Amino acid sequence: MFWQQVVSGLSAGCLYALAALGLVLIYRTMEIVNFAHGEMAMISTFVAYTLLVRAGLPYILAMLSALAFAFIFGMVVERVFLRPIQEGPLVSMMIMTLGLFMVFNGAAGWIWGFDPVSFPYAVRGRPLLIGDIIVTRDSLLVLAVTVIMAGALYLALRFTMAGIAIRATSQNPRAARLMGVPVPKVYAITWGISAVLGAVAGILIAPTTFLSPSMMAEVQIKAFTAAVLGGFSSLPGAVVGGLLLGVLENLVAGYISTQLKSTFAFALIVIVLLIRPSGIMGTTERRKV
Amino acid sequence: MLRLSEVDVSYGMVGALRHVSMDVREGEIVALLGANGAGKTTTLRAISGVVRPASGSIEFEGAPIDGLSPERIVSLGIVQAPEGRQVFPELSAKENLLIGTYSRRDRARIPQDFARVYEHFPVLKERETQPAGTLSGGEQQMLAIGRALMASPKVLLLDEPSLGLAPMVTRQIFQIIKALNAEGTTILLVEQNARLALAASDRAYILETGSVVLSGPSDELLESEEVKRSYLGGGARGRGA
Repeated sequence: MFWQQVVSGLSAGCLYALAALGLVLIYRTMEIVNFAHGEMAMISTFVAYTLLVRAGLPYILAMLSALAFAFIFGMVVERVFLRPIQEGPLVSMMIMTLGLFMVFNGAAGWIWGFDPVSFPYAVRGRPLLIGDIIVTRDSLLVLAVTVIMAGALYLALRFTMAGIAIRATSQNPRAARLMGVPVPKVYAITWGISAVLGAVAGILIAPTTFLSPSMMAEVQIKAFTAAVLGGFSSLPGAVVGGLLLGVLENLVAGYISTQLKSTFAFALIVIVLLIRPSGIMGTTERRKV
Repeated sequence: MLRLSEVDVSYGMVGALRHVSMDVREGEIVALLGANGAGKTTTLRAISGVVRPASGSIEFEGAPIDGLSPERIVSLGIVQAPEGRQVFPELSAKENLLIGTYSRRDRARIPQDFARVYEHFPVLKERETQPAGTLSGGEQQMLAIGRALMASPKVLLLDEPSLGLAPMVTRQIFQIIKALNAEGTTILLVEQNARLALAASDRAYILETGSVVLSGPSDELLESEEVKRSYLGGGARGRGA
């Protein structure tokens, strides 16, 4: 029973981790919290749905196109809505993302309707039995995709020139600019990558939550919790935080009450902030906001 | 090579530079001197494209560069080692150097430039994998200069390279500046330490509240009564550094 809950929790935790990675990436680079992260992921998921179900593209092609859309969508959001107010206070950028949250939600409902529709699983088939633990094929896929995405992000940031430029920009944008790094472009690319991470989470979770403009509401809150848990400025922290949250909330649901599952996430934010404001892997930073 | 004509820069309502004109010729070390707030850093920021002149023009190799983006100006060959070093503290020393190559197209020559930087600053080779934030002040200054060199500059802008460094380290840095110049890099040097900068440079400009008040060959300025009185602290001690 215990290990079953842990394994099931890991799968949900992967999704929280992916969504949290996108949040943390933008926070680390620009020090703003993107409240519209979940809604952007939802829109990309609707695009995936449209390509897959309405246009009838093969699954892989539809998903890759949707991720390409997400990347461009993220860059456009940065370019159109955030860059013009970049010189202003950080708070106005946060309010902007909060405004975008509402706008994207309304726009998606207007385009695709507010009623939930079903979204196909990527893989079907009987669940596997590993030892005496039941594992669905879908959750194995979620795990694999998360490992690949997080690993690719790590390697790209660590070893590519663009990755080094993103890290340099997040530490000192002015100096980066003086060294010839096109900082505005770096910001746009960061938003593109973040939107792709969100879109992957959205596409993977849509089969369980059903597709609707409000599908990311819960995931978004969980992603925030995961990010806070991990320290908000640490990418590995976001992954650890996401997995931990997924497992813990599943244990709460299994041993205490299913109804407490969401309350638990909020309680966890409050507790973590009180006991260890910098999260598990975060470094204390008291700047700006 | 690099020419500023009647450059005005203002921050909001406050004028920071007024009718600044100066030129830097190929192969020179030109010093830009003045007290805190005289406009030295603002001049460098204008050259690097971080602030835009309200009027006047900045030309590099005969073509106007004011209005270009900072990254474009770097790729033309004007590179700055900014005040306070500004290394990327969480990147390793090597990654800091790599960032300098970001805008370069002749990537084949990068290993050669690594070798050149390590030759001038052997300590950076030893610190290659260390986060730059853990380096000493002098090492960070060397890293900041090395990082700028990796961009393969034609003109190197150095903003207060002696700031906060022990005299011995400062002397070492200035020796390297001269060696880089001897290898063909043109240098515009901003310094508060006027004596040191005049001794190291060919010509100098002195800024006061945003305007050039004096300019000329450095050895003449060193002997000038006015410079001795206002910038060399008494002048009785003759030429030190």
